[in-house]
Amino acid sequence: MSTKQNIFQTLTRRDWLKSLGGLSLFGAVWSAGASFSTKAKRERNILLQTLNIKAAAPPPTATMEGSPLRIGIIGFGGRGEHLVRSLGYATTEWLEEMSRAEKENPADTRLKEFKDQENLNIRLTGVCDVFDVHANKALQSFNGNGNTCKRYRTATEMINSGEVDAVVIATPDHWHAPLSIEAINAGIHVYVEKPMTHSIEETYTLRNAVIENPKVVFALGHQHRQTQSFLTAQDAIAKNVLGHISLVMTATNRNDDNGAWQYDIHPDANTKTIDWELFLGSAPKIPFNAEHFFRWRKWWAYGSGLSGDLMTHDYDRINCILKMGIPKFVTASGGIYTHRDGRNVPDVMQINMEFPDFKTGTSQEIGKEQGMTFVYSATLGNQLDRGTVLMGHDGSMELGNAVTIFADSGSTRYKKMIEEKRIDPYVPIFQYDPSVNGVDAVTSATAKYFANKGLLWTYRDGKRVDSTFLHLREWISCIRNGGKPSCGIQEGFEEAITAHMGGLSYKLGRKIEWDNEVQKIIALPGEDLDAILLDNKV
Amino acid sequence: MNAISKLSIGQVNSMVLLRLLIGWHFLYEGVIKVYSTTWTAKGYLLSASFFQPFFQWLASESILPAVDVLNIFILLVVGASLLIGFRTKWACLAGIGLLLLYYLAHPAFPWLPQGPSEGSYWLVNKNLIEAAALLVLALFPTEKRFGIERMFKTKK
Repeated sequence: MSTKQNIFQTLTRRDWLKSLGGLSLFGAVWSAGASFSTKAKRERNILLQTLNIKAAAPPPTATMEGSPLRIGIIGFGGRGEHLVRSLGYATTEWLEEMSRAEKENPADTRLKEFKDQENLNIRLTGVCDVFDVHANKALQSFNGNGNTCKRYRTATEMINSGEVDAVVIATPDHWHAPLSIEAINAGIHVYVEKPMTHSIEETYTLRNAVIENPKVVFALGHQHRQTQSFLTAQDAIAKNVLGHISLVMTATNRNDDNGAWQYDIHPDANTKTIDWELFLGSAPKIPFNAEHFFRWRKWWAYGSGLSGDLMTHDYDRINCILKMGIPKFVTASGGIYTHRDGRNVPDVMQINMEFPDFKTGTSQEIGKEQGMTFVYSATLGNQLDRGTVLMGHDGSMELGNAVTIFADSGSTRYKKMIEEKRIDPYVPIFQYDPSVNGVDAVTSATAKYFANKGLLWTYRDGKRVDSTFLHLREWISCIRNGGKPSCGIQEGFEEAITAHMGGLSYKLGRKIEWDNEVQKIIALPGEDLDAILLDNKV
Repeated sequence: MNAISKLSIGQVNSMVLLRLLIGWHFLYEGVIKVYSTTWTAKGYLLSASFFQPFFQWLASESILPAVDVLNIFILLVVGASLLIGFRTKWACLAGIGLLLLYYLAHPAFPWLPQGPSEGSYWLVNKNLIEAAALLVLALFPTEKRFGIERMFKTKK
């Protein structure tokens, strides 16, 4: 004690300064950091309270109990396999492949996610595919473990067998509507892949069939409606965060053979293993052609090109948020510029959709703003990710698996906050990322592209879930417990008509108009729009 | 006896300045993280381009909370120690350890992805330079010239 006193007594003013000077620096740095963080947090909270966007909670999950639902799959190709997997049935080949992938890369959790998937309490009782290899793969994988799966030569046999309660349709486009209509009229529930129809006429027939059979649950496979970020985006639009939206831009960018529908041709494909006549259906009669069978998306006879195949995804994503319905006018252009391989659907396509009556609320004087253009821009020859942007007078929204909102520097609503430097137009005013800090083991470029668009994965309670699984679950829940699927016949009708207007505008080279009064696409005298749309020579 | 006793006043003052600047940097990084409710090292660890198994293990659910707390704690302690001039040698060694972990997770090797960075680096980046500067400070401790330890310096 006395020694210490001695030390302190010997300290000069300079010693005190040099001993404790660092403490003042410590205090200064700490308080600077604390006040900066606290102020930023306070500003952020004020802003978030002002915007009042709620990352919507997932819809309540209904029970899957009761007697097992008997489901038949029609079309067991790539997409069919994915859908059935979401129902809880994976092929032996897929399980083996995923097991290998897991061993090679522990971050690859696809097998684990499949095994952790909730049991939907269904039986996969039937498969219908015109290709023996596909059908046999299903039979070999799905007979056992208490499940009996039978092959039906035609969908009609399956629908009328009395052994299926519901069907999942994943055929080429030209079979979507005929099979859906047949099943619905037989009282069988339907989940069909997009686009809903291949011709204009069958769009009306299918809508009538669903309306006339109210007990049948019909769902269209636009699975992104289950994505959490879209529910958040819906709320942001409802709170008028963006002001009047005058332009929406979405894009498809792919630059690989798979993305351009150049799928592999199976070596066992021939007239003995494929029921070619049945595949053709309403399509022009031509001799067996393996390329047409496996790469059907490249021809108008069976597919719908970019407008039906991929624009429909983007259209429905925006329609589920903005609910803008069918466009008044559609103008499309494009060509076959990246894959001159004999296909007749365009591989570069731009579709402009006009909604002159569209309103989302305004921050300016009433009547100044009305109307919106939705631009869909696609190329199969470049994969720069151009994202999806909704552009309003007060802000812009970037939409994918995450939602990011920026205030616009010319905004009326945020003018004062921008002037007070409380909002920086270059820093997001709102960001919602359900996977925050997560790094996904999504491998292929195409898978990543879809994931970024919110089409593959979504997050529930921080856990990654396949959105296709959630979409199928919603359909099955409606069958079991009642309710209306988020993408039903009205949404499908709007999607199909818009896609057909895009295809028609491309083929006719002119602006296509929708008459909302009579609910028809306007044709010139003597024009058969369906014949033009399905014409496989052009 | 003491490494700095042979240095000129200008040299000593430069050493003190370097110590204060690095202390300032560490402390501020720590304070910002203390007051942020969302900060975590998870993204940095999961995106590691080197020694991935180790860094991904650090980012695992059960370990990560401890890693985050420890990271903030070391930043604060090293920062405080260098600023106030107390046990700076140990602080320097702890700081070097932390910086080398940062470096090894995302080293500036030309064959590895650089990730977001404010400059251009080949083998050497600012984490490595700061670690080297701490090594110098560990060998030339200045807390008895400027710092709380000056108070307890035995007067001869």
